[in-house]
Amino acid sequence: VEGIKDRVAIVGMGCVKFGENWGQSLEDMIVDAAWEAFEDAGVGPEDIQAAWWGTLFAGHTGQILAAPLKLAYVPVTHVENACATGSEAIRNAAYAVAAGQYDVVLALGAEKLKDTGYSGLPQTRPVATWSYRLTTQTPAAGFAMMATGYFAKYGLSYDEGKELLAHIAVKNHHNGTLNPKAHFQREITLEQAINAPTIAWPLGLYDCAGVSDGAAAAIIVRADLAKQFRDDPIYVKAAQICQGPREGWLSQKYDLAHVEETWRGGQAAYAEAGVKDPRREISIAEVHDCFSITELTIMEDLQFSPRGRAAEDVRAGAFQIDGDLPVNTDGGLKSFGHPIGATGLRMLYEVYKQLQGKAGPRQVKDPRLGLTHNQGGEPGAATVSVVIAGNELG
Amino acid sequence: MPGITAYGAYIPLHRLSRAEIARAWGGKPAPGERAVASYDEDSLTMAFAAARDCLRGVDRTTVDGVYFASTTAPYKEKQAAATIASVLDLPPEAVTVDFGGSLRCGTNALKAALDAVAAGGADSVLVCAADTRLGYPAGPGELNFGDGAVAVLVGAGDALAQVRHFDSRYYEIQDTWRSDRDTFVRTAEDRFSMDEGYVDVMAHGIAAALEKYGLAAADVAHVALNSPNARQLATIAKKLRFDVQTQVGDVLHAAVGDTGCAASLLSLVAALEQAAAGDTILLACYGNGCDTAVLEATDRVTSVPACRGVRRHIESRRMLRSYEQYLRWRGLLPIQPAPRPPVEERVPSPAAQWREVPWEMRLTGTRCLNCGTPQYPPQRVCIECHHKDEMEPYRFTDVPARVFSYSHDYVMETLDSPVTVTFIDFEGGGRIMCDMTDRDPDDVVVGMPVELSFRRLYFVNGVYNYWWKCQPVRCARPEV
Repeated sequence: VEGIKDRVAIVGMGCVKFGENWGQSLEDMIVDAAWEAFEDAGVGPEDIQAAWWGTLFAGHTGQILAAPLKLAYVPVTHVENACATGSEAIRNAAYAVAAGQYDVVLALGAEKLKDTGYSGLPQTRPVATWSYRLTTQTPAAGFAMMATGYFAKYGLSYDEGKELLAHIAVKNHHNGTLNPKAHFQREITLEQAINAPTIAWPLGLYDCAGVSDGAAAAIIVRADLAKQFRDDPIYVKAAQICQGPREGWLSQKYDLAHVEETWRGGQAAYAEAGVKDPRREISIAEVHDCFSITELTIMEDLQFSPRGRAAEDVRAGAFQIDGDLPVNTDGGLKSFGHPIGATGLRMLYEVYKQLQGKAGPRQVKDPRLGLTHNQGGEPGAATVSVVIAGNELG
Repeated sequence: MPGITAYGAYIPLHRLSRAEIARAWGGKPAPGERAVASYDEDSLTMAFAAARDCLRGVDRTTVDGVYFASTTAPYKEKQAAATIASVLDLPPEAVTVDFGGSLRCGTNALKAALDAVAAGGADSVLVCAADTRLGYPAGPGELNFGDGAVAVLVGAGDALAQVRHFDSRYYEIQDTWRSDRDTFVRTAEDRFSMDEGYVDVMAHGIAAALEKYGLAAADVAHVALNSPNARQLATIAKKLRFDVQTQVGDVLHAAVGDTGCAASLLSLVAALEQAAAGDTILLACYGNGCDTAVLEATDRVTSVPACRGVRRHIESRRMLRSYEQYLRWRGLLPIQPAPRPPVEERVPSPAAQWREVPWEMRLTGTRCLNCGTPQYPPQRVCIECHHKDEMEPYRFTDVPARVFSYSHDYVMETLDSPVTVTFIDFEGGGRIMCDMTDRDPDDVVVGMPVELSFRRLYFVNGVYNYWWKCQPVRCARPEV
C-alpha cells in the first residue's frame, strides 16, 4: 500500500465565522468560504476540475455546491459520514488527486443548522433501517454515558470527574477568545463550568459543543504542483477513516471508556504518516471535542497520554497553547462551533494556518506536523477520521 | 365449571396522595392515596404487565386465548389483545378478543372465558383487565379512581379456585358514562346513582346469587367487589350483612383507588392471596348491570407459582412529587415545548414495525450457535466470532441485567424529565441501550440490577409506539 503521504498538497483554504449566522444563507457561507480559499490559492471557480461537497443536512447532490459557485460543468460528489463528513470530503478529494484523475480540486463542507428553529440536530435515521422502537435520548446522553463509563472504570467520583472535564472546557473557551471566527469568544472559569446546568448527566452546558452555522473549504492539488500556487503549501501525510461495527452497543467486552475507532484510526494514520511517537512528533492537534469527555478520551486513544492517565496531562496544561502538545488552539468544537459538514475542514483550516505560521495570537512555536481528528456517531458506534498534514515534504 | 389456574396483578409504582390533591384544590384532605400509571404506561402496557405476572411459571404454548378488558383501550380500532398476545409470544391461533363498554367488561371477559373453556372452545384463556380512567380535575373521580391491571388464567384442570356459579344481569341506567367525545368520566347525581344504581343492583344481584347457590352471608370467606369508593363498599357490605373487616377486607381503595374494570378482579386476586383451601369467595362487579360469581378455593390456592400479585405491588410504591406532575403525565396540562426536533420526525414505519414484531416487539435478539454470544438487535453476522447466519432466536425480556452505564438527559422532550438512558448488560451475555423508567435519578448507579418493562415510547400521528425499557427491580424477586 502506497498511502497518501506527500502525494497531495493544500494550497488554499477558507472558513467563515461560525455561529448563529441569522443574516447569512447557506449559499452566502458557501460563496464566502470558497472565495477565501480561491483567493488564498490564487485560483478561480473555473480552475476547479472536480469538487466534493460535505454536508449532513444542507442538501443532497453536488448541485447544492455547483450552483452558488457556478462550477464549470465538472463532477461534484456529495459525501456524508455523520459528523466526520467534512473530513470525508477532504479524503475523497485527496484520493482523486493522488489517483491522477485531477490536478486541482475543491473540498467544501457547510451546514445551516440554525434555520431549523430548534436546538440540537434534526433526526437522521432512515425508516429503511429503523422502526423507531428506540431510546429517545439526545447525542449528549450518548457521550455522557462514556463519561459515566470512564468515571466508573478509573474510579473518579462525580466531583473529580466534573472538575477534570471543566479544565478542557475552560481551555477551549480561552482559545476561542483568541479567534475572531469562533462562535463563542468568552472566557469561562472552572467554577462556571462545574456549576453550569446539566444537559446530560454528568455533562453540563460547558461540556457540550455549540450548534452552529458555518462553511469551510480547501483547494487540494498534486504535491509536485503545489509550489506553483504558493511558497508554503501544506502536504497531506495521512488521511484515514475508521468505522467500527457498533461493538460498544452490542458487546459486553467494550468498556465505553474510550472510542475504539479513534484508537484504530490513529494507529492507521500514524503508520501512513510514519509517525512513531505521536506525543513528541505531533506539533498541534485539532480534535473532535463535541463533548469534553470526548477530548479527554481522544488524548488517550491518539496515544498523547497513557491509558487512564490523560487527567495528569490535562491538569498540567500539556494541551494548552503554551503546552507541549497544543490541542484545539482555535477553540475546538466547544468554542469555534460545530456546523457538521464544515467541522473537519475547519479543523484542517487551523492546522493549515498554524503550519504556515499565520495563526496570530494562537500561533504555536515551530509546528511541523498537525493532526485533525473528526468523529461521527457515538461512543460504541463511531466513524472517525484522522488526517495528518505537514509543512515539509519527507 | 372451569376454574382459575393462575393469577397476576400490576399496580403502577407511583401513587398520588389524596392530601396532595386537596393541597391543589382545597377542602378537607381525603385519606389514602391512589395509583397513577407512569407517563409511559397505559391500559395495554399495564394489562401486559399483569398478564406477564400471571404467566410466571406457566407454559405459554398452552394458552390459547387472550381476552383484554378495558374502558380505556389505547385504540378505538386496533386490537389490544392481539398486541398483548404477540408480545407474550403466545401461539398464533390463540383467540383474541377486546372487551369494553362498561366497568363490567372485566367480569364479562371472565364469563366469556369460563363459557369458552366449559364448551370446549378453548383450553386455557388469559383474561386481563386494566383501566386508566380520568376523573374531572377537582372532582370525586380524580380522587377515587386509580390505575391498575389484573390477569387471571381460566382453564379446565388444576384450578386454584373453582368457579361454582356465575350469574349475570343487565340494568339500563345513566349513572356513570363517558361518550365517544368525552375525556372524563361523567356521573349522575350522587345519591341517585348510589341508591338506584350501585347499591340496589348489587344488593339484588348478590342476594339472588347467594340464594341460588344456597349460601348465607356468613358462609362466604372473602367478598371481592368493585365500588366507586370505600363508603359505597361499606354500604353494600352492611346491607348484605358482610363484615367489612373480615369478609370484605378491602385493601384497594386506600392504597390504589377504584381501578375501573380491573377492580373486582383485583379484589379477587387479593382474596386468593389470603384464601385457604375450601374458602368460598364471592366475586361481584357492577356496571350497567351486575356479574356475580361464587368461587371455591382448592388445595392449590396456597401453593401458586410466585407472582407479584396485589400485596407486593401495593408495597412497591413511590409518591408522585406533586399533583401537577399527575396532570402533566396525563397530558392534562400543556407545557412549553422543548426546543427539540419535533416528534413528527420519528413517525414509525408500519412496515418496519410489522417486520420486527417477532424481534423488537418481544425483545428477541440472536444467540450465536458458534460462540454462544447473545446479541441485540438480532444480528446475522456475529459481533464476536463473525460467523454468518449461525444464529438462534434469544429472548431478553426475562434475563436479569445490570446497568453498565447511564446518563440523565435534561434536554430531550419527555413528560418525565430527565430521560434516563442506559446501557445494560445481561447475565449470560448481551448488551442493549434502552431508557430507564420508574426510577429516581438519584438512585441510579453503575451496576444496579434492572428488569425489562414494556412501555409506550411516545405517541405520534395516531400511533402509540411501544417498546421495552429497563426499570429498577420491583417487588424483590419472590422465591420460586
